[in-house]
Amino acid sequence: MSRARADEEEYWHSSKFRAFTFDDEDDELSQLKESKRAVNSLRDIVDDDDDLERVSWSGEPVGSISWSIRETASSSTSSLEGQDSSLQKGSSSYAAFPKQASSYSLSSLFKGEVSPLCLSLSALSDTGLKNYAPELRRPKAEYKDYSSDWNPRDTVIRMQRGKVCSLERFRSLQDKLVLLDEAVAGHDGNVITAVLIFLKRTLRREILFRELEVRQVALCHLIYFLKETGEQKLLLDLLRTDCASFPSLQLSQYREHLNIQDVEKRREFLKGCIGLPFSAEDISHIQDHYTLLERQIIIEANDRHVETAGQAEIFRKYPRKASILNMPLVTTLFYSCFYHYTEAEGMFSSPTNLKKTFKIPDKQYVLTALAARAKLRAWEDVDALFTTKNWLGYTKKKAPIGFHRVVEILQRNNAPVQVLQEYVRLVEDVETRLNLATKYKCHDVVIETYKDLKDRIQLTAYKCKVERGSAEEEKINSILNNMVRKH
Amino acid sequence: MAAHLSSGRVNLTALREAGRRELREFLDKCAGSKAIVWDEYLTGPFGLIAQYSLLKEHEVEKMFTLKPGRLPQADVKNIIFFVRPKLELMDIITDNVLREDRGRSPQRDFHILFVPRRSLLCEQWLKEQGVLGSFIHREQYSLDLIPFDGDLLSMESESAFKECYLESDQTSLYHAAKGLMTLQALYGTIPQIFGKGECARHVANMMIRMKREFPGSQNSIFPVFDTLLLLDRNVDLLTPLATQLTYEGLIDEIYGIQNTYVKLPPEKFAPKKQGEGGKDLPTEPKKLQLNSAEELYAEIRDKNFNAVGSVLSKKAKIISAAFEERHHAKTVGEIKQFVSQLPHMQAARSSLANHTSIAELIKDITTSEDFFDNLTVEQEFMSGIDTDKVNNYIEDCIAQKHPLIKILRLVCLQSVCNSGLKQKVLDYYKREILQTYGYEHILTLNNLEKAGLLKSQTSGRNNYPTIRKTLRLWMDDVNEQNPNDISYVYSGYAPLSVRLAQLLARPGWRSIEEVLKMLPGPHFEERQQLPTGLQKKRQHGENRVTLVFFLGGVTYAEIAALRFLSQMEDGGTEYVIATTKLINGTSWIKSLMEKLEPAPF
Repeated sequence: MSRARADEEEYWHSSKFRAFTFDDEDDELSQLKESKRAVNSLRDIVDDDDDLERVSWSGEPVGSISWSIRETASSSTSSLEGQDSSLQKGSSSYAAFPKQASSYSLSSLFKGEVSPLCLSLSALSDTGLKNYAPELRRPKAEYKDYSSDWNPRDTVIRMQRGKVCSLERFRSLQDKLVLLDEAVAGHDGNVITAVLIFLKRTLRREILFRELEVRQVALCHLIYFLKETGEQKLLLDLLRTDCASFPSLQLSQYREHLNIQDVEKRREFLKGCIGLPFSAEDISHIQDHYTLLERQIIIEANDRHVETAGQAEIFRKYPRKASILNMPLVTTLFYSCFYHYTEAEGMFSSPTNLKKTFKIPDKQYVLTALAARAKLRAWEDVDALFTTKNWLGYTKKKAPIGFHRVVEILQRNNAPVQVLQEYVRLVEDVETRLNLATKYKCHDVVIETYKDLKDRIQLTAYKCKVERGSAEEEKINSILNNMVRKH
Repeated sequence: MAAHLSSGRVNLTALREAGRRELREFLDKCAGSKAIVWDEYLTGPFGLIAQYSLLKEHEVEKMFTLKPGRLPQADVKNIIFFVRPKLELMDIITDNVLREDRGRSPQRDFHILFVPRRSLLCEQWLKEQGVLGSFIHREQYSLDLIPFDGDLLSMESESAFKECYLESDQTSLYHAAKGLMTLQALYGTIPQIFGKGECARHVANMMIRMKREFPGSQNSIFPVFDTLLLLDRNVDLLTPLATQLTYEGLIDEIYGIQNTYVKLPPEKFAPKKQGEGGKDLPTEPKKLQLNSAEELYAEIRDKNFNAVGSVLSKKAKIISAAFEERHHAKTVGEIKQFVSQLPHMQAARSSLANHTSIAELIKDITTSEDFFDNLTVEQEFMSGIDTDKVNNYIEDCIAQKHPLIKILRLVCLQSVCNSGLKQKVLDYYKREILQTYGYEHILTLNNLEKAGLLKSQTSGRNNYPTIRKTLRLWMDDVNEQNPNDISYVYSGYAPLSVRLAQLLARPGWRSIEEVLKMLPGPHFEERQQLPTGLQKKRQHGENRVTLVFFLGGVTYAEIAALRFLSQMEDGGTEYVIATTKLINGTSWIKSLMEKLEPAPF
């Protein structure tokens, strides 16, 4: 046994090459000549496909298309610097896959399988000389490219196969419409669009629009085509017809605003959209969008001025990170709560004004204001947010979002424990309150809650969580003593 | 490289080979040395058909990515653009061509290969720019169905769903029909066609029409597929919205699988070498190919993620034990025997290491509080709880400005699980979204409404509970480790689409007529006549082969569920899956979002 073992050891250690590394502790295997040979010989057996798969670090198989793009591209950049080196580099990159010609070609096998009788698909999928799939002949007639009396159906079929067809001989409106209907029936968008281009060129606009009104699929293709090619004017014309209610036309014009960079122009454009025949709901959103941008332009101009002049402390202390233009409403509200919190309602930039104008729900408003004021560590403002006075003059704390959410937001803004525990105390659900208080180390709240629950065991257990000799410990002790006395 | 394609019931290598041949034929048409300028989107799909070696055999010497400006220097005779037919790409090509140095000699010839189709619109566009004449060959390469795995084909047409349901543009259906004709040319006429949905009806009609118009396309190949099932994505809008819980599904949800490749954060994959502790950590993402060629991956890809850990640890034990064997190897013969297994063991070890790392990455996410909360809400909706009122979690997520796509997925899920939201609820969500994320998203909301993902409950009737109960879409007692039902892929929810496939095989759709009527679009059956000689005489115990074609996209979890059905002992049916695009909820919603200008800063 021990002899065999020694032999084995000697065998393992005699190899000079490190074949591969094994991460486990018993790493006796790491130097193994044999294995490397085995790996290499196996590679020859395994990679019998013509594509030699090897993987570069990024995992891109060496020789894959995307890998090669990088490879050939990099060698071509270097060719600008020095011809010679590029040649070498280029050739070495090819040398990386020496196995080019495959030992056997799959296609040869494939050809053998297919009976020459079986007819081709080429008629369906070709554009000319190309065949998809089995080796096959196309019917002779396919080569005839000149017939002058293709009927609409044949014309569409020919176009589907990618052949060029003159559409000019469809002269009458009737012929053109039959052609269009055939194209639509063929479902090939490419052909439908081609026919539409032809119709657009050869028909009066009113007639084209009128006919498309009853041909919805074709209308869709035209709209898509106009959007793609940026023919906004025609789209607008379409909007003025009876096609206006058509779903793909809805908002098509509004979408254009995204392509307008200049804010003033964008605002003007949005204003124009309000009058378009969109649905009432959409119009109200577009109206809001317009109003918001209008506000943002005013606020931006003013604040930029104030900031550069260095007049207001808030901008000096917290310089603006970005312009407020084109930001969403809630972001704008946050901004306004951050920089313009105390402004009178009459000011465009005041939070209350925004809240009123856009009918921002209470919840949303409180959340945003809270986040902004907490960020500034303006704890009195936070306090005021939740304080309501009833008609008798009593104050009461109320939060439309629930105090656990308030605590979370304050905590995220690193509020001190004194502030935090005030709101933890207000969490109604006892269990949530205990969880939050324990999590954020609001000892007083934990102790008081256990006291109210008369939970001696938990209270005693909590003693080890507070600092020894601290006021909290004393408090726990005195409560525990009191409880004892009562019993 | 392509061995995994022949591992399934249907040998898909033939399809790949057909694609390669067509590519070679085109390249040979442009005689002399060539450079290819790639539309970057296409390199992924093409990579599944061919590699650089094939191109190089046909004198492709350089390859570049398509971008505006002057084309790079390259002493080649031909410049070939491989592009999708998109106008914005035509503009770049125009720029490239116009900047070409006319004085250089010899002149370079230009060609365009459109994938998958030549477009008259694009050619007209090039004509208007005055460059159309510069191209000698303008051709198309019909890359309709690309083999992804032994049982999986995809057209990788990103916008198919959007085009079909938003723009009434059925061009992608035309391609699907053509792809199916190609498949039939290679694997025989499919005798039975079933379908559900408008698009399915269109595709079946086109297939029948194509066959009629080219009677010669009748072939004499013994049919490999018994049945074709065409399914519209909009018959089942629910499934992609839910978070997939299979291993592969989660990889896709979290990192996104593109053309069988996934890019992962590199930290977990840093090669451990003694002596250089974390000196040069790789910064580039680690890219891995995921397909059934990898034994371990084939085993775990379709499992519920909760069942993956135990498989991995079992594998680790087996591999460690195998390496331990060396201590018992005494004779030279035994050592040789051991050594001969090493390469396989080494491959298994590195595969195990990779998947352990991936599983760790995923676990970090699936154990997070937010993942759990999100999943809880999804499962509540799918089992029909509180779908008719504003959901607190969604509200909170909006307030905290979670990614918009996440919000949209949840709101759409709620809408689908309630056959539309109450008008008040819908208005509330819309308002919150627009105010928090920006009014321009009204365009996206409109798109979602057009696609039926978001709607108000008009009929006042919620059909979902009936559908759920009849099709048993929600299973309370789900077994994730040793599943006995497809619902394991979503830990409780059985994908509707796959249930339809399952019920079609047994006992047939007649049993669920009522529910089929509640789902959108017609359901139908067609038969394609076969010559008598080709009619199949089924061997006893031989499984039927059904091709399920998802028009508008399919998720990895649905694929897993179909594979589960294929493997069921008494299932009687094996499935091959085809689709217009492999999707997940995020990529799907993204494809429906309006492309907005990037924020100005």
